[in-house]
Amino acid sequence: MPLVENGQIVQDRYHYLGNDEPIPERVPVIVSVERFRADADGLIRRDGSLGVLWPNDRRIAELAPWLGHLALVALQFPKFRDGRAYSQARLLRETYGFRGTLRATGDVLRDQFHFLIRAGFDSFEVKKATDASAFAQAASRYSVVYQPSADGRVPALRKRVQRPDTADAAE
Amino acid sequence: MYIYDAFDRRLLAERVADFRDQVARRLSGELSEEEFKPLRLMNGVYLQLHAYMLRIAIPYGTLSTLQLRKLAEIARKYDRGYGHFTTRQNIQFHWIKLAELPDAMAELASVGMHGMQTSGNNVRNITTDQWAGVAPDEIEDPRIWAELIRQHVTLHPEFSFMPRKFKIAVGGSHHDRAALRIHDMALRLYRNAAGETGFEVMVGGGLGRTPYLAQTIKPFLPRRDVLSYVEAVLRTYNQFGRRDNIWKARIKILVHDLGAEAFAKEVEAEWQSIKDGALVLEPAMVADIAGRFRYPDYETLDDSPPELVAARRRDRGFDTWVNTCVTTHKTPGYAIVTLSLKPEGGTPGDCTAGQMDKLADLADHYSFGEVRVGHEQNLALPHVAQRDLPALWRELDAIGLARTNVNLISDIISCPGLDYCSLANARSIPIAQEITRRFHDLDRQRNLGRLHINISGCINACGHHHVGHIGILGVEKNGEEFYQVTLGGKADENATLGTLIGPAVPYAQVADVVEDIAAAYLDLRDKPGELFIDTVKRVGIEPFRERVYAAR
Repeated sequence: MPLVENGQIVQDRYHYLGNDEPIPERVPVIVSVERFRADADGLIRRDGSLGVLWPNDRRIAELAPWLGHLALVALQFPKFRDGRAYSQARLLRETYGFRGTLRATGDVLRDQFHFLIRAGFDSFEVKKATDASAFAQAASRYSVVYQPSADGRVPALRKRVQRPDTADAAE
Repeated sequence: MYIYDAFDRRLLAERVADFRDQVARRLSGELSEEEFKPLRLMNGVYLQLHAYMLRIAIPYGTLSTLQLRKLAEIARKYDRGYGHFTTRQNIQFHWIKLAELPDAMAELASVGMHGMQTSGNNVRNITTDQWAGVAPDEIEDPRIWAELIRQHVTLHPEFSFMPRKFKIAVGGSHHDRAALRIHDMALRLYRNAAGETGFEVMVGGGLGRTPYLAQTIKPFLPRRDVLSYVEAVLRTYNQFGRRDNIWKARIKILVHDLGAEAFAKEVEAEWQSIKDGALVLEPAMVADIAGRFRYPDYETLDDSPPELVAARRRDRGFDTWVNTCVTTHKTPGYAIVTLSLKPEGGTPGDCTAGQMDKLADLADHYSFGEVRVGHEQNLALPHVAQRDLPALWRELDAIGLARTNVNLISDIISCPGLDYCSLANARSIPIAQEITRRFHDLDRQRNLGRLHINISGCINACGHHHVGHIGILGVEKNGEEFYQVTLGGKADENATLGTLIGPAVPYAQVADVVEDIAAAYLDLRDKPGELFIDTVKRVGIEPFRERVYAAR
């Protein structure tokens, strides 16, 4: 499954740690929510980047106290059509101010890229290789947005008021 | 009507390009039908029994003649020469080829029209009062607020994959013509005791298998907070709405399961954290959108001009048409004219390309180039000078659009049913057609007075049968079509769900049952002026049940 970051297909630095696997030092790991909850303090003290795979049916607010210690949060799309993690992503970015890596995992396809980027994701485990190589093109498909979101793009509503001439300049 | 600017036009062009790419990937096999399905649905494309169907939004039911002529062209070029107006201010073309859809969409985009979010699990076409901007009892034009919400939820990064569809309606008058309480979310604009305008917010309405009326969760929402509050409701629903069972996935189930109060509390907590952020609506933003709604340059005229009075005295047919199809306009000397799309033996809501073109000519001449589409599946000319009514009537009559059955028993609301729809259990259109034949005598219809029949071909309730004065629901029993009949439903400001009168009846008996109900009403009403719906309310359904089932 190719990983896309900064618009490029990259090697994954992180290792998904099994629940019974011993914890390696210095290797960046992603742990399950069960493992994280069982030993959050120990995991945080370890030397090495820490990520958590957070389920989409669990309130993201639970993670808020730990965010300062996390380098990565991975959110899940069990199915393309299950969009709960979009809300979790925006809450992490906009309400809780998470600045680490936000990774989309699961059924991640080309036609979600626009929404995922706007919701604050910056790391994508893409299901199909063809979709991963089309990332840049799919990501730049829309030059106009209608709503403020985690990507900070200025929506049309505000652009119209800020500079009344931009509407015509957009042609 | 709302005039698209460069931002709107560009987004639409980008959306068409996106869809063209998706269709190409589907045709090449790169996308499976399962993967393609949610993508096409987000663009209003369904796969029906015989072909793909394209549903196009008619925001706020407002159409320019340029747009209407384009719809006629689409009907001729890509379909079979007609379109079907739905109960939610959309038009559907039922016979479009997948490979031609991107071209049809590009043509629609050239006149500012699209099928974005007319299906799929996102926020659907926002609906309003079809008489917005012309109704005498209007506090403020609700379309400005609907358009602000429409833009906000279009291709929304967070709410494009919700548990189910989400329908929002906005009302701006004392009288509810937008069926607010049967929507997932509704905003009713009103003026409070302090003289400020704001919104009553209702959530959790919907028909379908489990019908509920929406409940008020915010009695007064200030104007500046409309977008942040909508966002908080959608965010709550997106996270906590059920996804394990399609029949329990609408927001009405979440609201019902949590209780309206607990749901409101959840929304309130979310809203408090975002209400003073980027979604605050500054007056300049509202003014900018309001400024792109164009209103006709009305003449200064008096009501009831001598030409109108004389013509009504002279011609009984004309006078009947005025009484049935013409409504008061907020500007003196003007009128709103409703055009029935319910001919005897016809399909409710169908309109031919020829009628669309002719109607566009009439609208240019008589109605400042504007046509309206209502949820009753009729059309309206919203700005007709009263002195022009006699001439307009003759021209409408010539193209079969002056039928005086508006709001009468043959003005039936119906879904397409089993003749087109892959979800349906039973036919709807032939039931409607048979009823219009039984009641073809207009004097008999007028004697029955205002009476709304709504027909749905399955439990999804696209024909809104729960809120019909007489509701007819098609079900399947052992491979045969049966129909349940409800009485007493309505969708106005006193919205009520209808009550089932008894066991379902077979297809061949439905029109007989409607005749029995009509006859029972004539016996039961206390005076000729008592409306059917008021009689049902006064006497209950029992006397109707007895009449219908005595002989069956």
